[in-house]
Amino acid sequence: MQIRSPEFKQNARIALTDVGLQKALGNVKTGFPDKRAKAVARMPEFDALRDQARDLKNHILQHLDLYLEIFEANVIKQGGQVHWCRTAEDARQTILRLCQEAGAKTVTKGKSMVSEEINLNAHLEAHGIQPVETDLGEYILQLRGDHPSHIIAPAIHLNLEDVSETFHQHHHKPKSMDAAVLMQEARETLREKFVVADVGITGANFLVAETGSTLIVTNEGNGDLTQTLPKTHIVVSSIEKVVPTLEDMSLFLRLLARSATGQEFTVYNTLSSGTKRLGDQDGPEAFHVVLVDNGRSDMLGGELQEMLRCIRCAACMNHCPVYGAIGGHAYGWVYPGPMGSVLTPQMIGIEQAALLPNASTFCGKCEEVCPVRIPLPKLMRHWRKNEFERHLTPQAARWGLGIWAFFAKRPSLYRLLSRISNLSLRSLAGKKQRIEKLPFGQAWTQMRDMPAPSGKTFMQQWQARNKTGHNS
Amino acid sequence: MSRADIFASIQRGLGRRQASAAERAAVEQRLNAKAPNLIPARGQLSGEALQQLFISMAQEASAEIIELTRIQEVPQAAALWLQEKGIEELVLASDPELQALDWSSTQGVLRREGVAQAGDLASLTLAFAGIAETGTLMLYSHPDSPTSLNFLPDNHLLILRRVDLVGVYEEAWNKLRTQVGENWPRTVNMITGPSRSADIEQKLQMGAHGPRRLVIFLID
Repeated sequence: MQIRSPEFKQNARIALTDVGLQKALGNVKTGFPDKRAKAVARMPEFDALRDQARDLKNHILQHLDLYLEIFEANVIKQGGQVHWCRTAEDARQTILRLCQEAGAKTVTKGKSMVSEEINLNAHLEAHGIQPVETDLGEYILQLRGDHPSHIIAPAIHLNLEDVSETFHQHHHKPKSMDAAVLMQEARETLREKFVVADVGITGANFLVAETGSTLIVTNEGNGDLTQTLPKTHIVVSSIEKVVPTLEDMSLFLRLLARSATGQEFTVYNTLSSGTKRLGDQDGPEAFHVVLVDNGRSDMLGGELQEMLRCIRCAACMNHCPVYGAIGGHAYGWVYPGPMGSVLTPQMIGIEQAALLPNASTFCGKCEEVCPVRIPLPKLMRHWRKNEFERHLTPQAARWGLGIWAFFAKRPSLYRLLSRISNLSLRSLAGKKQRIEKLPFGQAWTQMRDMPAPSGKTFMQQWQARNKTGHNS
Repeated sequence: MSRADIFASIQRGLGRRQASAAERAAVEQRLNAKAPNLIPARGQLSGEALQQLFISMAQEASAEIIELTRIQEVPQAAALWLQEKGIEELVLASDPELQALDWSSTQGVLRREGVAQAGDLASLTLAFAGIAETGTLMLYSHPDSPTSLNFLPDNHLLILRRVDLVGVYEEAWNKLRTQVGENWPRTVNMITGPSRSADIEQKLQMGAHGPRRLVIFLID
């Protein structure tokens, strides 16, 4: 996938004026947060589960090499193979080779963000193998030559009209504006693909060390048809997804669906272990797990290690005011929203992704809803600091910060200055108490008015309260 | 070599080379103990309350529950359900328990055994366990239980014994460990209601790729 993160500002500006996108994004704001809140309210132990999940992930990361070794040994014991890939390129090559060895012409695919991360589809196509996305959202996007804009609702940026038009063009059927009819068309079309595919590729939400199993979570059942019908099942996943036992997996599963879609449980949670057994009437004859590193192991031991706890539920982006305003494509690469603003700089380089960790108001909602308590604002701040240290921050911003720092280190001068700016902003605002044009602040006032300060400065109010004894 | 590189990089990040004996012991201990984490109070029930929770959670997930007493009643109940839907065929798991039943009441329904094919309208399988906390069914693959029966047919009918109801996922995993011993199955399915998707405008539609309807015959 082409990297468009350096053009984030321009992408965002276009997104804000895109009528169709804005309509579609309304579905994020009204849907996910309410559903999550309701599911959480039904589970009194939810916060305690989050604490345990955080601690368990920390334990896993501290022993990551050991759990991965055990996972690998158990995959082999179940008749499968593990392939280790340090880079996205290694992973693409490995999967292509496995498909070629299986003599594959078409492969069906379950939803996998890691496969997006390694740009798998383009690589397979370039070598004459046709990948077929089977998740409804991913299928729509593949027909449109588009990419996911959300990690669990990939086609969230589209409206019914878009899907209707796309299916009309590709399925050669009368145009329908009924979502149920459109889904039926996809069901029938993909059923033929499931049956003839030579290889099925799925992702994995968890890798279970105890049994050498991979687990996928889907509502559609597409991942199950993908991995049950073809002769070869390839799982593409990443190293931080390993968990010790089925009990440990259950802890994460209780958090995942509720945080993601607000469901009590996702419809299909499927554990796959190796190849079909003697006497089994269906199931794959070959089982490969392709484990991708792609910068993850480098996050261990540093401040970004906490990001490796992520279970890809998308709660952070569902609750993010920035994501809600511009959608996922503006971020310019695979992972959008707060989690993407932390991961993308690691995977494509801070030079290209520096704007992403800056695209946050630090309202803290992402951290508040994260099921594994990742301090996302802190990690975005890590990247801002990194950007500043590498002199990637624009000169004007550096000067601005320098000036602010000068005053901030001199409290009495700072207070004087804030009193003066408070007064001058209020007089500038006039009767309406709105500022339409701000010196050095056009970027703000071009889009909206700046509200005038409502009263005295914080320090003035603080001192007044202390005097009257209302300081509790 | 990627594998060695990845492990070296992990160990560099963790600030050590090989794990210490204490770290290995901690990992071994966790894997052997298989200790449950916090178990929500909701599923810690028994008897009638457990069954009621299972039924209400499964129905909430849009599964249909048909309460019976004996497995011998299933052929007739299945035939009736199929008749109501205008379906005249049924693929069965090749399970001795199903084979032993008297199917004479299902005349007019074409029966077949084995794996599912694209276009099949209905299947009948046996669930291994029912998990009350979310109304979830657990099934696992074995020679008499092909996985395709759970996904390809338009309608999935299942038999679940009341004695196989458990409260929470952890109990189901322990039950499975006891059942299969060293012979861990290729596939374990946890199924909660019929297939669905909200990928078009976040509006939920039933019957995406898997079964459009999930029917549970609850028996003693």
